[in-house]
Amino acid sequence: MMEMPKILPLNGDDAAAFAMKQIDPDLVAAYPITPQTELMQSFSQFVADGEVQTELIVAESEHSALSACVGACAAGGRVMTATSSQGLAYMWEILYIAAGYRLPIVMNVINRTLSGPINIHCDHSDTMGARDSGWLQLYGENPQEAYDNTIQAVRIAEHKDLRLPVMCCMDGFITSHAVERVDLLDDNVVKDFVGEFVPTHPLLDIEHPVTYGPLDLYDYFFEHKMQEIDAMSRAERVVREVSNKYGKMAGRSYGLMEPYGMEDAETAIVVLSSTAGTTRATAKEMRQAGRKVGMIKVRCFRPFPKDELAGLLADVKAVAVLDRSDGLGAYGAPVFNEVRNALYDRDQGPEVVNYVYGLGGRDIGQPDIAGVYADLADIAATGKVKQRVRYLGVRE
Amino acid sequence: MPSLKTLSTRKERLSPGHRLCAGCGASVAVRQILLSTELPIVACCATGCLEVATTIYPFSAWEIPFIHNAFENSAATISGIETMYRALKKRGKIPADRKIRFLAFGGDGGTYDIGLQALSGALERGHSFTYVCYDNEAYMNTGIQRSSATPVGAHTTTSPCGEVEPGKRGYKKNLTQIVVAHDIPYAAQSTPAYYMDLINKANKALETEGPTFLNVLAPCPRGWRADTTQWVELGKTAVETCLWPLYEVIEGKYVLNGVTQRIAEGKAEKRPLEEWLRMQGRFRHLFTEKNKPVIQSAQVKLDKDWEKLKAMASL
Repeated sequence: MMEMPKILPLNGDDAAAFAMKQIDPDLVAAYPITPQTELMQSFSQFVADGEVQTELIVAESEHSALSACVGACAAGGRVMTATSSQGLAYMWEILYIAAGYRLPIVMNVINRTLSGPINIHCDHSDTMGARDSGWLQLYGENPQEAYDNTIQAVRIAEHKDLRLPVMCCMDGFITSHAVERVDLLDDNVVKDFVGEFVPTHPLLDIEHPVTYGPLDLYDYFFEHKMQEIDAMSRAERVVREVSNKYGKMAGRSYGLMEPYGMEDAETAIVVLSSTAGTTRATAKEMRQAGRKVGMIKVRCFRPFPKDELAGLLADVKAVAVLDRSDGLGAYGAPVFNEVRNALYDRDQGPEVVNYVYGLGGRDIGQPDIAGVYADLADIAATGKVKQRVRYLGVRE
Repeated sequence: MPSLKTLSTRKERLSPGHRLCAGCGASVAVRQILLSTELPIVACCATGCLEVATTIYPFSAWEIPFIHNAFENSAATISGIETMYRALKKRGKIPADRKIRFLAFGGDGGTYDIGLQALSGALERGHSFTYVCYDNEAYMNTGIQRSSATPVGAHTTTSPCGEVEPGKRGYKKNLTQIVVAHDIPYAAQSTPAYYMDLINKANKALETEGPTFLNVLAPCPRGWRADTTQWVELGKTAVETCLWPLYEVIEGKYVLNGVTQRIAEGKAEKRPLEEWLRMQGRFRHLFTEKNKPVIQSAQVKLDKDWEKLKAMASL
């Protein structure tokens, strides 16, 4: 037997699939969609080669895939799935049911633009639309985080104080199809970390019959939804706890967000996923040139860690929020709305502006980010915002 | 198959006190199906009359594990449960000798229409489960809207008869044939009006490995505009007109049952469709000079389907 290599060149899809292999869930149900396909292909091969004990349902649609996950998780086992874009949209009604039934399903979502027109590349319109569905959302920057988030998500979802489903998001193609070095844990370490699935009220306990999903009208629904809301209010603590444990075990620490240069920053960018890497690289160069710029990568978007974020931004003069989706008809895009809202309670907060970028996979580079920092410097100097919501990288 | 006397001693697994209408064929069908075996059952139900009327919180009429997920995914949900059962058995978390059967319910809306894809997928994947469509020929739960199971000419709230429209246009979809095309080990048509027919078929379906299917005509006096005492008669007349033949398809082989078999052999009378139509207010408007051709064409279609079925059964 060859010793398992600790470092492998993997793309994001394969990194998440590798994590799933080590987790070895009882059941995976999925349906192929670009750019999630590689993940499910790799995992299907693990099943075919007997490297996992997982039962695989290759469903006839994403709707049925998540429906099967709901049935399977309620039956009493550990369940995972993965999708992208239209697939997530097709799962929509079942997302709320999975969360409402308190089923700790873990799903990798490889972010891809929602049609129309059809486009297979990355933006966040798919998962942003699902942000209020009762699922937690972790956004990974690169294949390493795709791997680490998938393992942590199991512990987070199944935590006894939570019992809520978790989405691990990564950028389609940019992360899912780009090969990077990924540090891997030993199989046993992952196995110990995720532990055994502890079922609560499983359908397969035939001696103790339960009814899932009864008709719940105005006399009880609100109280039941309140229990779910209460659980979500505990999510921030649970994500922090699990991330700390993981950090100690794996040597890679994660928080709810990852700040860079914020100790003395006068302007800052808030951003999710792979663009955080581009932003960090830009900020680094500018800081080396003596500019007081910083950035925050929001890892955990649901629950939204408003206090921590507002604290980090308290002394900044101007903040730009980069959104890879738009809120059509809204005043700014989803992440901008959260950030500006979080700062509203402060007596003196920074000016917050919004840049919607990268729709349909439009590339964003360091010159774009440098341009945003230049705009922020102008706002910081003049105290004036010329345009609150702007579109970055679109041809006029 | 156990006798009626034996069946009467078995524990009911759908308790009384649920809120289905008087004269509803669905609740009777469910009770008969659950009585047909003593094996443990986990059930799933699509959104619809049966689900809302049996599970209004904080009550549940289900004495067995039960889940309602959504409208179109009863078959997908049960496939997840059934697969988890196998997964946990494989890992030794469920004893190897524990036998559990998996039963999915859907109305005609949840099966003929919105749930057809999920049903087809689950049948193709070969899960070991029984799917029961309780067909009351329209979306009754939402207030009598037409489905693809609604018979031609029926008045529903979305296929109303009017000055220029004769009620529902187009013939009823033949779901049983669609299911049979999946080459599953067992599929059958029945109705609770012939209770031993349904109980026998449910027993076979639930005790057969692999996907099995029952299409059960469940009369709905409310939606069909008939007296609540008439549901048995409505079911029997549907069978005796050969509108709803009783038959089963076992490993691809067609077998006619009961009165359907006797009609095929010429030992019982095949009643005219008109007799079934006359019992129901939803067809009242057809008995006019203007709409006579609708009844005639429905009879022609019925006869054609009946000949086709007989031919398949004699192969």
